[in-house]
Amino acid sequence: MAVKNFVVASFSDEAVLFPAVKKVRTAGYKIHDVYTPFPVHGLDHAMGLRETSLHTAGFIYGITGTTTALSCMSWIFNSDWPMNIGGKPHFPLPAFIPITFELTVLFSAVGMVLTFCYLCQLAPFVKKHIFNPRQTDDLFVMAIEVTAKTNAEELKTFLASIGGQQINEQRVEAGWWFGRFDREDRLFENKGVEAVNA
Amino acid sequence: MKDKFVVPARLKTTSFVLMGIGVLTLLIGFFAFHGEHGSTRFWAGLLQNSSFFLLVTLASAFFIGATTLAHGGWQIAFRRVPEAISMAVPALGVILLAIVLLIVFTGQEHIYHWVNAEHVEHDHILSWKSAFLNKGMFTAFTVITIGAWIFFVMKLRNMSIEEDGWDLTAATGRRIIWRNTVWCGGFIVVYALTVGSTTPWIWLMSIDAHWYSTMYSWYTFVSSWVSGIALIILFLVYLKRNGYLPMVNEEHLHDLGKFAFGFSIFWTYLWFSQYMLIWYANIPEEIVYFKPRVWGEWRPIFFLNLLINFIAPLLYLMKRDTKRNYSSMVFISVVILVGHWIDFWQMVGPGTYKHLVFPWFEAGLGAGFVGLIIFIVSGQLSKAALVPKNHPYLKESIIHHT
Repeated sequence: MAVKNFVVASFSDEAVLFPAVKKVRTAGYKIHDVYTPFPVHGLDHAMGLRETSLHTAGFIYGITGTTTALSCMSWIFNSDWPMNIGGKPHFPLPAFIPITFELTVLFSAVGMVLTFCYLCQLAPFVKKHIFNPRQTDDLFVMAIEVTAKTNAEELKTFLASIGGQQINEQRVEAGWWFGRFDREDRLFENKGVEAVNA
Repeated sequence: MKDKFVVPARLKTTSFVLMGIGVLTLLIGFFAFHGEHGSTRFWAGLLQNSSFFLLVTLASAFFIGATTLAHGGWQIAFRRVPEAISMAVPALGVILLAIVLLIVFTGQEHIYHWVNAEHVEHDHILSWKSAFLNKGMFTAFTVITIGAWIFFVMKLRNMSIEEDGWDLTAATGRRIIWRNTVWCGGFIVVYALTVGSTTPWIWLMSIDAHWYSTMYSWYTFVSSWVSGIALIILFLVYLKRNGYLPMVNEEHLHDLGKFAFGFSIFWTYLWFSQYMLIWYANIPEEIVYFKPRVWGEWRPIFFLNLLINFIAPLLYLMKRDTKRNYSSMVFISVVILVGHWIDFWQMVGPGTYKHLVFPWFEAGLGAGFVGLIIFIVSGQLSKAALVPKNHPYLKESIIHHT
């Protein structure tokens, strides 16, 4: 994990956020992430994120569940411990279907949750930096990475011109870390929250 | 922007040709199948096709009802399409009414065993059921059912057209939502009590009068519902290809595709639930239904049914891209419609004319019904604007994003 510099701007409205995202991308800045209080339709397209591969993973997990259930049950009832249940054949496919279905759902559901957590770098006790405490409340927060080519001052002025508020620069851990928010002062480390546009 | 649909001459010709094929097949069938057992196939073919196409067009009214009650906004941009399809219900309902009443009152006992009073008297099961399964009840149920359907589809359609003439204010907007919700609620109750339970019992399940399944009505309902969605998709894409409905895009198609995908799986769930319980219990009076289908002549059709209605939509509609592509949706919609037509065929055939036959007669009649539906629906589409411009949810539908 790496500590990086970010310029952070808040937006009060979706209608301001969408054109701002477009302008920031056109200007060539690298958007680290945009945090919103609720899922915003179409924001992923506006940010140019690639399609998630979560559903492909889900399909693979599902197929794994299907094969596990079918092969396990047919092995048990055909070679390991053959039993006569109600005079049914040793490979009673209709009787296997409910369990096969359930294992398919179980494998794909659990697998997709774990994959989702991995892709988003989420886990119990793992913390990630919160750029603005109001990002889960009522503000749309955009974090832009300051690379070697970025002029932070220019970027701040630019963000202010496209409707950004509470623009500030934060030097924070970009990945996850262990700990507690109330004991770490990372959250409000760079407390110089200057309301440029206020 | 083309606001109103103009029926192209080619579509009209197509519908007349298809109806001509239907009438011709009907005449050939009438003379080819006569005598005691011959006429069985004639009536069974008519019963199968009329009930299938009536329930499929009625599914459009259910689409309007369900989406309205769920306060869905996404379908408003193309709401006139299911509305127009549901307007085929009056004509098809009258056709079905005539067919089933002729079957019952001319005593076609190879279709419905229970119409023969002498036979019922000596049959313990049928005489026990005769309080419900008799000519009077059958007629009353059928007439009330079809009458209620016709009333509701006309009501929903007329309300929608009437709203086009109103001024758009907050008060009228609320009124539109309120009265649509109330009438759709009434329709859903009627639909649930008919298609969801009684109607498939008396029209189709009473072919195998000794046998019963509690899954049967739901199975029939979802078969018609998923085909109804396929029919909506076909008309939608036809209009889109001809430059109408500019506000409808692949987002709406995507959601219809999800419906087709999900309810194909739901159909399989019911197909399997009905089969598995009977297979597991293995009781003679229950397996009598599956005997000719799974272990008799109809075996290939029985498994073709599963392949075409489950495996095909499951694998084909799984990907996002196929649900958002007009051509691929047309393809799978045709597959689904043909598949569920075959489903109805194997529901009616084994219990009536027993032997698996090449379904030229049934397919010919089906073509006739398709022609009739195209004729009625295209006429209805041209009668009103294609977009209900005063509906308060129209904006939500235009900016819809799946």
